[in-house]
Amino acid sequence: MRFRNLAALGRRLADALRDLAPIILVIAFFQVAVIRQPFPDLAGVALGLLCVVLGLALFVQGLELGLFPLGEAIARAFVHKGSAAALLAFAFCLGFGTTVAEPALVAVSDKAAEVAAEAGAITGSEEARNTYAFRLRMVVAFSVGLAIVLGVVRILRGWPLHYLIIGGYVLVTLMTLFAPDEIIGVAYDSGGVTTSTITVPLVTALGVGLASSIKGRNPMLDGFGLIAFASLTPMIFVLAYGMVLRWNW
Amino acid sequence: MELVTLLLQTGFGTLFDVAPIVTILFFFQALVLRRPAPNPGRIALGFVFILLGLTLFLVGLQEALFPIGETMAVQLTSAALEDAASAVVRWDDYLVVYAFAAAIGFATTVAEPALIAVSLKAEDVSGGSIAANGLRIAVAVGVAVGVALGCLRIVTGTPLPWYIVAAYGIVIVQTFRSSRNIIPLAYDSGGVTTSTVTVPVLAALGLGLAASVPGRNPLVDGFGLIAFASVFPIISVLAYAMAVSAIARLRVSKQE
Repeated sequence: MRFRNLAALGRRLADALRDLAPIILVIAFFQVAVIRQPFPDLAGVALGLLCVVLGLALFVQGLELGLFPLGEAIARAFVHKGSAAALLAFAFCLGFGTTVAEPALVAVSDKAAEVAAEAGAITGSEEARNTYAFRLRMVVAFSVGLAIVLGVVRILRGWPLHYLIIGGYVLVTLMTLFAPDEIIGVAYDSGGVTTSTITVPLVTALGVGLASSIKGRNPMLDGFGLIAFASLTPMIFVLAYGMVLRWNW
Repeated sequence: MELVTLLLQTGFGTLFDVAPIVTILFFFQALVLRRPAPNPGRIALGFVFILLGLTLFLVGLQEALFPIGETMAVQLTSAALEDAASAVVRWDDYLVVYAFAAAIGFATTVAEPALIAVSLKAEDVSGGSIAANGLRIAVAVGVAVGVALGCLRIVTGTPLPWYIVAAYGIVIVQTFRSSRNIIPLAYDSGGVTTSTVTVPVLAALGLGLAASVPGRNPLVDGFGLIAFASVFPIISVLAYAMAVSAIARLRVSKQE
């Protein structure tokens, strides 16, 4: 058991090294061929890369040992329990709880507040900006919670994913026509920043676990799609937030 | 010594990020499901690996990659600016920037841990008919094309919705022509591309570019690259699946 773990970790290290090779090549190429400046602090960079390789290998090994089995075990346990309300409460908490503290979201909403102040949507005072950034974060976190709930309902019911997502695209397009300019870039980017490195594997394992333990669901067809909802609903809700702010303030 | 401090700091930061997830899992496990997870020791070990792994990963990125990535984004965009002789912005003054954007978009996506997770799962669930590495390369190509187009948009100053809505149109057409099995996975791949590695590098690139191109406002025009990097992988994954099944059909018809 111990030895098998070690051998697996060795394989992961080789994989991680291969995964990072493109970054090293790209940076080396542009540094040598285009920028033509001596490389700063080569030893520090090498040490950092060593950390990245080791970290990536450990992370992937940890996924297989912990996060994937746990996500699927929880999905099976919910199906076994048979309470849709408990499952949906869990789905909402998972979406909201993992998004609200997401560092990338904090950074983006602070920047969004600056944009809004510049565009005159809010006053430039620090208090106004903080309130704006905080509300934006809450809106995004709420929309991700709702997204996971919607995605789980879809798996339970077996609705086809593409009609829902395409409907979302149409809604985003229509709302773009009416939303104030300064919120559009923020809204479009908010879809991408919500899904963090730990949330994605857990949510994926949950979806696949649900789809494989409910009779009549196909894990390939029904198990994936939760992340797609989590990237779409923030766009809709942030656009709505921008519109409400523009018209009612 | 500095590295140790950074390791500890990042370690606590990661612990703080993971805390809400662990709390929610624990709460529902203990109070709602009331059924112990199988192999708790193994799962705990897995979480320790994930915490250690993410910490090392983030520290390494901060030490090695982000400083270079950001410096290069700034250097390349200002170098392109010097080449532009007049005040009139021409889109082809920035060819090097587009090339760098595509290359770094591809490379950071290949190393993205969330994408590795989803592609491993997809290979597992599809019984190997979807190759994890093929999927990752398809997603990375999508990010590369998207980010290069996104930089072109910043340089030309055209409105963001034109590109994104056009991309949605392509996705919708592809959806009705693809095999149903691949659609959910393709839609998911848009959301997983942009996390730990890609977002900081893209943000630096967008900001540097918008600051150096005359007439662009970094605050307003710096947004949008992440949106490009989230939509174009859907197109490339659907295209990859269509190509794979077209090749398979060709093989079958040749054999007959």
